[in-house]
Amino acid sequence: MAWDGLKKFVFRRKRDLPEGLWMKCDDCDALIYKKAVEERVKTCPQCNFHFPMTGPERLQLLLDPGSFQERWDDLTPADPLSFVAVTAYKDKLAEAQLQTGLRDAAIVGTGTLHSRPLVFGVTDSRFIMGSMGSVVGEKITRAAELAAAEKLPLIIVSGSGGGARMYEGCLSLMQMAKTSAAIARLHDAGGFFISILTHPTMAGVMASFAALGDIVIAEPKALIGFTGPRVIEQTIKQELPKGFQRAEFMLEHGFVDLILERQRMRDELAKILNYLP
Amino acid sequence: MAVAYLHDFEKPIAELEDEIANLEKLASRSPADLSANIQSLRERSLALKREIYAKLTPWQRVQVARDPNRPLFTDYLNALVEDFVELHGDRAYGDDKAIVTGFGRIGQQKVMIVGHKRGKTTAERVQCNFGSPHPEGYRKALLKMQLAEKCHVPVVCFINTAGAYPGIGAEERGQAQAIARNLFEMSRLRTPIVCLVIGEGGSGGALGIGVGDRLAILENAYFSVISPEGCAAILWKDGGKAPQAAQVLKLAPKDLLALGIVDEIVPEPVGGAHHAPEAATQLVKAAILRMLEELVTVPIPELVERRYARHRRIGRFLEGEAAKVYFESTIAQASARAQAKAVKEAGKEPAAAATNAPREAITPASAGPAAGAPPLVAGSPPATAVTSAPAVHAAPVPAAPVAPAASALPPNPPTTPNPPASAPAGAEPSTATKENAGAVSPGPVQSVQRHA
Ligand SMILES: [Zn+2]
Repeated sequence: MAWDGLKKFVFRRKRDLPEGLWMKCDDCDALIYKKAVEERVKTCPQCNFHFPMTGPERLQLLLDPGSFQERWDDLTPADPLSFVAVTAYKDKLAEAQLQTGLRDAAIVGTGTLHSRPLVFGVTDSRFIMGSMGSVVGEKITRAAELAAAEKLPLIIVSGSGGGARMYEGCLSLMQMAKTSAAIARLHDAGGFFISILTHPTMAGVMASFAALGDIVIAEPKALIGFTGPRVIEQTIKQELPKGFQRAEFMLEHGFVDLILERQRMRDELAKILNYLP
Repeated sequence: MAVAYLHDFEKPIAELEDEIANLEKLASRSPADLSANIQSLRERSLALKREIYAKLTPWQRVQVARDPNRPLFTDYLNALVEDFVELHGDRAYGDDKAIVTGFGRIGQQKVMIVGHKRGKTTAERVQCNFGSPHPEGYRKALLKMQLAEKCHVPVVCFINTAGAYPGIGAEERGQAQAIARNLFEMSRLRTPIVCLVIGEGGSGGALGIGVGDRLAILENAYFSVISPEGCAAILWKDGGKAPQAAQVLKLAPKDLLALGIVDEIVPEPVGGAHHAPEAATQLVKAAILRMLEELVTVPIPELVERRYARHRRIGRFLEGEAAKVYFESTIAQASARAQAKAVKEAGKEPAAAATNAPREAITPASAGPAAGAPPLVAGSPPATAVTSAPAVHAAPVPAAPVAPAASALPPNPPTTPNPPASAPAGAEPSTATKENAGAVSPGPVQSVQRHA
């Protein structure tokens, strides 16, 4: 029976769709039939909220079947600060690794989209909120360098509420500079970067590579911004306007090129890629 | 006139200084020669300061970095920059008072000065949001740095902020975008950039003017991915645990130097810059001039190349065989822990135990598939092709299997929705998908909650 308990331990995280036939939408609070959510590729049938997808799911959604070749999958986080607070970072990592089968939050590699080769990266929000530590920063940087060297377009799908990962201190903070510098190099080499923002993309990830796409695409209703809404609310002591920091708000304010629904994202990306040289 | 000793750890110094002051007063009225006594007390005070300041805890150092009497950017500006010409505005929205920019001269070296302004008076502090910039501040900084590039003048950035401003306007005008753009452009700016953290180096708000050829930090300043209070609020759910958070975040200059994040620590006078601002100014001036001297002779392409390399190498992780060994041992330990916990829980909830699920022990090799993800990552060799299933919704969602009872018609919804699965101990707080816990760090202290 160990496995059953373990499965529960492993699967019953709030990031996953909860067990049972019905679930409550995070956004509209409607009680929705889970199978319907799955059929709509993890979107709410009531309000079209796009629930977080895992990294592997995202690969399947966007790339040609069988085309993805993962790179640098051996990169492993190392707890450089020996961070121990209420729990140890080491344990947190192991737990996330066990839960997701990933070594850290980013998966990068090469693949094709409608037969067009490209460098592809995704952050998995199940892994410590998709936050960026040394491994994520290094993988994004290598992906950008690979795209520049191979003259391939770069697509990165970000989903990170955590921003820069606290447990690696300033090493995480500096990944913002490192990844941004790598994107700048890609840019100088004439490369193209399409940044796709999913719910939520905040803080240190949004204030670095995720904001630096030649084209920035968001999923509907995704929370996108720098400071989290609750901190802002506490600071200014007033309620935030409805839709604040959502994809539509970001589009309205000029920070997103377009909003794409998940179901048509692959085809729309192919259309865009056709305009690249 | 000496400034007040505000911190608990300075109490012994304050007492000794009081004693010296009293003795001096006495000496002025008394015929006896007390100068030898006074001199000896002064030496003791100096030794005491040196001893206390050498042993400051990270949290105490944060206190010193925030000391209201500590020299601010504008103090250094007045004391060491000549012929300053302030240049305002971002040519797009406005002039953010939290960042001051302009041409100036340090010694013989012409520079572009960029710095966080926190304000001296209450009115000033309110005007410049206590040194927390809005996007227009970062854009102003970038515009003036690009002007410096054009004029072949190096840039000197003075960093001292609790963080970028968290507000509606800041988000509407693209706080994240503005900071990201600065990181992008500063990394390739074709003129030397020297950055110096003089007080608080508060996460992305500090880094927004912190990408350069040199990143130096004053002895009693700090630089952190999140404020200690914010970190404490997230981890302990108690902002009062900030001292512990300061410890684990490794935000003190010596730690930052060891991690390769800062290039050097600029010494302060004994007892901190706030007790000897003139001496501190001279130390800062000497350090900046030396760094500039090292940089101005480097050909620009090489300078930019080195700057890229400087940031490129930051980060600590494992790769290859070392990674494999480490990963397998940690994952084995974790699965053992998880199993022990599961066994304990299974004992408590016998009903949850019976299904046809494979009774497979989680081992390093099976960790990936067992955890519900396709076997593309954990344990797979590099460059393995991933076979994707054609149908998107057939993706291996690690949720419970669809109930066999599900027919064409959805059953009636239960009267109460499933309670959300409770997070295991130690999980991030406030990770509800509609929120963002890393950046959302609930706590009472507004000015110190920001997180990159
Ligand atoms: Zn909904």
